[in-house]
Amino acid sequence: MTVYATPGSPDSKVTFKPRYENWIGGEWVAPVKGQYFEDISPVNGKPFTEVARGTAEDIDLALDAAHKAAPAWGKTSATERAAVLNKIADIIDANLELLAVAETWDNGKAIRETLNADIPLAADHFRYFASAIRAQDGDHAQLDGDTVSYQFHEPLGVVGQIIPWNFPILMAVWKLAPALAAGNTVVLKPAEQTPASILVLIELLGNVLPPGVVNIVNGFGLEAGKPLASSNRIRKIAFTGETSTGRLILQYASANIIPSTVELGGKSPNIFFSDVAQEKDAFYDKAQEGFVLFAFNQGEVCTAPSRALLQKPIYDSFLSDAIARTKLAIQGNPLDTSTQVGAQASNDQLEKILSYIDIGKKEGAKLALGGERADLGGDLTGGYYVQPTIFEGHNKMRLFQEEIFGPVLAVTSFTDYDDAISIANDTLYGLGAGVWSRNGNVAYRAGRDIQAGRVWVNNYHAYPAGAAFGGYKSSGIGRENNKLALGHYQQTKNLLVSYSENALGFF
Amino acid sequence: MSTPTITASVTIPGESLPRVELAPVAVDLLRSLWQEHGPLMFHQSGGCCDGSSPMLFMAGEFITSEQDVRLGQFDLAAAGQPEQPLDFWMSTEQFAYWSHTFLTVDVVPGRGSGFSAEAPRGVRFLIRSRLMETAEPFAAPAEPAELPPEAATVPA
Repeated sequence: MTVYATPGSPDSKVTFKPRYENWIGGEWVAPVKGQYFEDISPVNGKPFTEVARGTAEDIDLALDAAHKAAPAWGKTSATERAAVLNKIADIIDANLELLAVAETWDNGKAIRETLNADIPLAADHFRYFASAIRAQDGDHAQLDGDTVSYQFHEPLGVVGQIIPWNFPILMAVWKLAPALAAGNTVVLKPAEQTPASILVLIELLGNVLPPGVVNIVNGFGLEAGKPLASSNRIRKIAFTGETSTGRLILQYASANIIPSTVELGGKSPNIFFSDVAQEKDAFYDKAQEGFVLFAFNQGEVCTAPSRALLQKPIYDSFLSDAIARTKLAIQGNPLDTSTQVGAQASNDQLEKILSYIDIGKKEGAKLALGGERADLGGDLTGGYYVQPTIFEGHNKMRLFQEEIFGPVLAVTSFTDYDDAISIANDTLYGLGAGVWSRNGNVAYRAGRDIQAGRVWVNNYHAYPAGAAFGGYKSSGIGRENNKLALGHYQQTKNLLVSYSENALGFF
Repeated sequence: MSTPTITASVTIPGESLPRVELAPVAVDLLRSLWQEHGPLMFHQSGGCCDGSSPMLFMAGEFITSEQDVRLGQFDLAAAGQPEQPLDFWMSTEQFAYWSHTFLTVDVVPGRGSGFSAEAPRGVRFLIRSRLMETAEPFAAPAEPAELPPEAATVPA
């Protein structure tokens, strides 16, 4: 067990600056209007730095820098860009603890996750796209004896990216790595709840990236996000967030006739067929853990397995074991490596989760565990902690239909395979799902029948680079985390070449 | 005089009861934001991160369509003043799962909210819910008294 020192204390792995400006053209640039906002740590509810409150004027400066950098960066070879991405990965690895502490302090998540998931995955993600761009070939077709069609991948140019707060660094990297690998320059707007950790990373990167290739403007959605998303100077906009803003961004993209990829959340079913309990063995233990993963990252994951579907014969026993397992989850100081459940990312997130616990009770769902704000005492009293909470109910309840984005699980039962698939698919969303069975045929069929972009079979919450990630239905458009994402950041150039000496004969 | 709660007019054809109201603190905030930005609208969001919350946009900024339902219209104006109409929208598919609940728009301290207009004030709109008196939620469950696991057989 290690407890990392609190940022601001002499022993801390990270020292936040008292104030961060925008990162534009490879240097810190003060916001044009001179305004800043406080960044609050959800660990203790206290501000720890100030961040630029960017506006349309700052977005314009960032776009200027990105446009200036785009021609040269777009002409670099895939070899050169891959080398840059690999250097970034090395810097992330070399600063693992520093970045993990920064991320935990900004977001509230447990340090065991940032040390073992967020930050290592971010490094690996850059390496994956460094490899993917090296391995990407163009295309050609000999259409007849004298005519050849050549297809080249070209960068789009300058792209905009708007990042969520649940994995501030990793979600930025999911978008940055393919965009940079493909030769684009970027204007990135972090979430206003978690604006600082990505700035710690960009400062570490220094001049590994040429000036203007990545530009970061912080600020509020209305003041900085909207001018970026609606600008006619971007060639693509990528967004992760909720549905109304997602629709608005698609609307802005349509006005500029540019592509947009949007990842808009989910309400993911986690299905446990009876045979998982046929033995109380290692697999059963794994399935039990798979149930408790609803509390991973405090439930602040678009793919959180927030609906558990248990087959009737095992409903009582499996749930009873799973509740006991959930009770063992250690909620505490997020900087303590033994902590498993940390803080919610913001006060309004805390309030929203509590409002859903309230409606769950009013709808008649049965509270089986938790259901309250957690006061961890001492310095953590002001932090935003919620007890892992389990409700039993049925799939028509709002608890089962809305993304609460907290450690709140809705449990129900199903009779047979068809009932399981019917309940699983009775949702607006289709981002993630889990299927647990010892029967490979059942697991495979269920995986194919669930309308979701990612179905974990006999595991959950793994996000390895290489496995495509994205939504069906109202969960959005596009795929990340796989070489498919390169296509979202590339234009296709076709050269149609005639090697014939002879006229067509039409005129 | 303290700010009153404002209840939305009924805008769904065939309905007679309001579905949404503004807590006094929301009325005060909306009046102030109206002064800053002009006419406004709500669209209830679903999904990720800042979702499952009402988003406040400039009126007309968010293009609604047949895929949306207007739950009600507020008049923010004080008595005797010119009308300040503010519509509350939700996507039709989301409304299918929300229609049994009455919504109160409240305000809490917070930070960040997609492109919603209140965020720079350091506050956040929040929905509080209760069951509609007239609604029969989860119509015709076989044995409503026997909630889980039996209630999972509720017909779709």
